[in-house]
Formats: sequence, C-alpha cells, structure tokens
Amino acid sequence: MRLTRDDMESVAHLSRLELSDAEKDKLRDHINRLLDNFEKLQELDTDDVEPTSHVIPVSNVFREDVSRPSLSVEEVVSNGPRVVDNCFAVPRVVET
Amino acid sequence: MVLGWWTIASQYHGWWRLNVTEDICGLTVHELSDLIAKREIKAEEVARCFAERVQSVDDRVKAFVTVTIDLAIEQAKAVDEAIARGEEVGPLAGIPGAIKDNISTRGVRTTCSSKILHNYQPVYDATVIERLKGAGFAIIGKTNLDEFAMGSSTENSGFFTTHNPWNLSTVPGGSSGGSAAAVAADECAFALGSDTGGSIRQPAAFCGVVGIKPTYGRVSRYGLVAFASSLDQIGPLTKDVTDCAIVLNAISGKDPRDSTSLDVECPDFTKALVEDVKGLKIGVPREFFGEGTDSDVEKAVIDAIELLASLGAEWKETSMPIADYGLPVYYIIAPAECSSNLARYDGVRYGLRSGSSTDTVSMFRKTREEGFGAEVKQRIMIGTYALSAGYYDAYYLKAQKVRTLLRRDFERAFEEFDVLISPTSPTVAFGIGEKADDPFAMKLADVCTIPVNLAGIPGISVPCGFKNGLPIGLQIMGRGLDEETLIRVAYTFERNTEWHKRKPEL
Repeated sequence: MRLTRDDMESVAHLSRLELSDAEKDKLRDHINRLLDNFEKLQELDTDDVEPTSHVIPVSNVFREDVSRPSLSVEEVVSNGPRVVDNCFAVPRVVET
Repeated sequence: MVLGWWTIASQYHGWWRLNVTEDICGLTVHELSDLIAKREIKAEEVARCFAERVQSVDDRVKAFVTVTIDLAIEQAKAVDEAIARGEEVGPLAGIPGAIKDNISTRGVRTTCSSKILHNYQPVYDATVIERLKGAGFAIIGKTNLDEFAMGSSTENSGFFTTHNPWNLSTVPGGSSGGSAAAVAADECAFALGSDTGGSIRQPAAFCGVVGIKPTYGRVSRYGLVAFASSLDQIGPLTKDVTDCAIVLNAISGKDPRDSTSLDVECPDFTKALVEDVKGLKIGVPREFFGEGTDSDVEKAVIDAIELLASLGAEWKETSMPIADYGLPVYYIIAPAECSSNLARYDGVRYGLRSGSSTDTVSMFRKTREEGFGAEVKQRIMIGTYALSAGYYDAYYLKAQKVRTLLRRDFERAFEEFDVLISPTSPTVAFGIGEKADDPFAMKLADVCTIPVNLAGIPGISVPCGFKNGLPIGLQIMGRGLDEETLIRVAYTFERNTEWHKRKPEL
C-alpha cells in the first residue's frame, strides 16, 4: 500500500495539518518508505493471536464519587492564547 | 575535607574557585549528599557551583532549554535552614537535578522543545516533580529533547541541537539528549528523562552515563506530556548505579492520578546495590547484534559479559526471533498513539495560535502547521493513516498482535534467564547532521531498546567502553518489576570497571 497525493491531502485534513505541496511530497516519500518496511509484519502468522494494547491488565479504575480540590478558573485559563471573561475565545463556530 | 572552607576562601581567589566548582560538580548524588549531611558544604554552595558550571559550559553543550538557578538556590537555602534546625534530610535534599522539558513543572515553562508550546507554563507539577520536591531536590533547569520526545539525537528539537560533551560535533542521542548531556557535562548531579523507545537508555549510552527505563507502571506518568501512552515511562539519568537506585526510590510508586501506575509495593532499590552475580543466568539474544552493529561495540559488550562470567555468572546465546520486527511494530503503534495524544494542540487552551484564521478548523490546521516540526507531522500523518478506516487491521491491529508475540518471546527467555544483555545502541554517537535525511538510518539507533518498551519490562544502560573517545553502552534487560536484579548486575559491573569514572574534557 502506498499513499497517493490525494491520500496525503485527506490524511492531512484528518490530522488537522495544513501542509504545503513541498512538505506533502517530502513527507509522502518518507511515509511510503516506512510503509514498505511495515510489509515485513505480514510474514508473521497472527491469526490466533490476541492484540496487546497495554502491557498491564488494567481496565476501568474507579474511585468514590466525591469532589476533590481542583484548579481555579484563573489557573485553568492562564495559558489561553485568547481569553475573554475567563473563557477561551475562538473564531465563530456556528453559522449566523 | 576542607572543601567548604575552600569554596568560601576562593570567592576571593578565582583560580581556586574554578577548581572547586569542577570538583563539586563532578561528584555523584550520594557523595554530595554525604558532604551536605556532614555539614562540610552548604547546599547553597553546591547550587552556586552548579550555576557556575552551567554558565561556563552550556553555551557549548546546549543541554538546557530553560535554566532555573534561582529556584535551585532558593530550594538549597531551605535545605540549609532545615539542617541548621537539626532536621534530618534525605539523600536528595539540596541536590541539583535537571528535568526533561516534557515533564510538567508548576510555574516553569515546559515546552517539549516544540514551538507549539514555546510559552506554556504548567499550573501543576508532575507527580515525579512533587515527589522530588518533597525530597528537597534543587531544580537546575529544563533540558532539551527531540520535539515531543520523537527522535534519537535532539536534532528534531524545535529550538536547537544539544551537543555530546564527549565530542561536540556529535549528537548526545535522544530524545532525552539534554538530560544525558547535562549529567555527562556535570551541569547537574542527576536528571530525569522519559523513555518511549529508548529515549533514556540510548542517550545515556551515547553520553557515558547510567540510565534506567523502569517497568511500565512503576513510575507515575501524571504530568508527563503524553507521546505514546502505552510505552512512555519516566526514569533517572545518573553518574553511577547507586544514584540511579536513590532517584528511582524517590519517584516510584502508585499514584491515584495515573490509573496505569501499578499498585505494588516498591522495594528500597538501594538494598539491591550488592556486588554479587554468582549463579546469575544471562541470556544474550543474537537478534540484538544485527547487521548494523559496530564491531567495537559488539566486542565491548562481549567483554562485559565475559567479565560478569568471571565473577560467577553463566551466559548463553539465545534467540528472540520476533525482536527483528520491533522497529515496524513500534513505528506503527507509537505514531498511532501520538496522533491521538497530539490532537490536543489546537491553539485553543494553551500554546501557539495562528493569528489569521476566521474559522476554527483552519485555525487548528494553521496552528499545527506552524507549531509542529517535520518529524512530529510525519508521525501524526502515519498514525492517522494507520488508524483510519480500511487500514486499521493491516497496520495497527497487526502491530498489536506482533507486540503480543514479542512479549511471549521475552516471557520464554525469562523462563531460562535472569537477565538479557545486549548493546544499548548498535553504534556510538553519530555526527550532527549525519543521519538527518534517511527515515530509517536514525531509527536503527533504537533497534535494541524498542523491544523493551513494547514488552513493558525494565532496562538499564551502563557505560562499558569507548570507541574513538565516545562511550559505549551496555543494556541489561530484566523481568517486569525486577529492577532490583538489573541494579544488582549493573552495580556489580560498575564495581569491577572504571568506565563510569571517566569524564569528558570541556
């Protein structure tokens, strides 16, 4: 499997990356070389093998539903690139 | 010991002061700790010595993104006051430590060496920082890394490349290259790094210091900026194995804020500092000595194994065929997890925001385009592709299944052997710029360390030789949660060799 230029644009969109054409070509070349290398995995028979997503067997971890101290609103928004009235301000999301 | 007097007197005699600074900064954590506890030197004097050292060498080494000397001196003064009140202090009290810049430090800029976080100031401490502060350590600065810990040389840093103190034209390794270089250059007494595919052990090897990746879950990841969550683990980089045990003691243990931290009892790792390998069974997996292995590196590692054998260990060659597939498995799983973890950098809550957008999606895309470097973009793209509909089974699921096979390889090996030994990296440090354009050449530097992260087991790197003036690292791998055996073997090796005593000339 190899990425085409069209694939690059759709993966870039999914990744929320805006890539220049030059960047797309360079990245495509690198990625395709890596994908070729990944083919090596097909040599192994894994039909009856369980996947490992995590090496330790933890699933849900619960705690009592009681409130605990948390950060102040001022601290939470202190790194915001644009903050208005203790809210993160972003370009308009809904259509008018 | 007259160092305390010397330091005071030498404030008026520059030449003496210079030598004292070098003497103090060259000491290990446990040596410094002894001097402070015996009141032969004040913690504040120690901090000032390291401040001078950083000032005199870091323009060449470039280990630090942010230097926090004032904080270190402030903390050291508090330790001195505690000692003056007659309080007992622990082994890290007043000891200058450097922190990789992907570990959150409250009020101290934490950049991940990325432009996208160039101005980010965490409002909380990582659990490891809380614990080190509780132990009284003095933070000397935040160290450079490959952007978001993605790389093997620090050349992917969004700011600058760190230089290897042993030869300034070579890389320090990565991604914790700043931490390793800072320890090797005596700019700190110890450092913390993080290891996702070798990022503590490989730079430790390149810079001739000790580095351990603990068992997955041994150390809390709370406050470590996530790269690949199923692989990331924090660990110490130190000047010797004793220091490694001391720092590991301070940072290990269950943390309710990291649900993957293990709820198991933590041993006192300094009790494992025992010189004894009699009857130890060492496996030497031939797949870890692959085609790209430098013959001098291989010889140094075999010599090390022979030395352990002469001290009573038994060794045997073995085979772990799945280890050969470690690189492709890693380069699917790590980018997949990274593409998800790095989705949070969107210019809304912290970090960079591109100024010119009128809608949110183009704001996200432009912010990420401007803020991320080429390697990070490449990994996000691969990960997104590997997880996308139609390719998930062929790449991500396949890689997870091979990960299971690899774990079984290790389980089988550890039925027969107590530890496995290999080179930490197939070569010594390479030249800056030498491997910049080949996506695989650089990644081969991690071929021996990656399987350890995929299996979740602990691995330690200790210095075992030199080639052309550059250090060689020995990797010792152990069973899950058996850091004690690694420390015992590493300590025994160290006690019978002199490699760890050599210092780079700067």
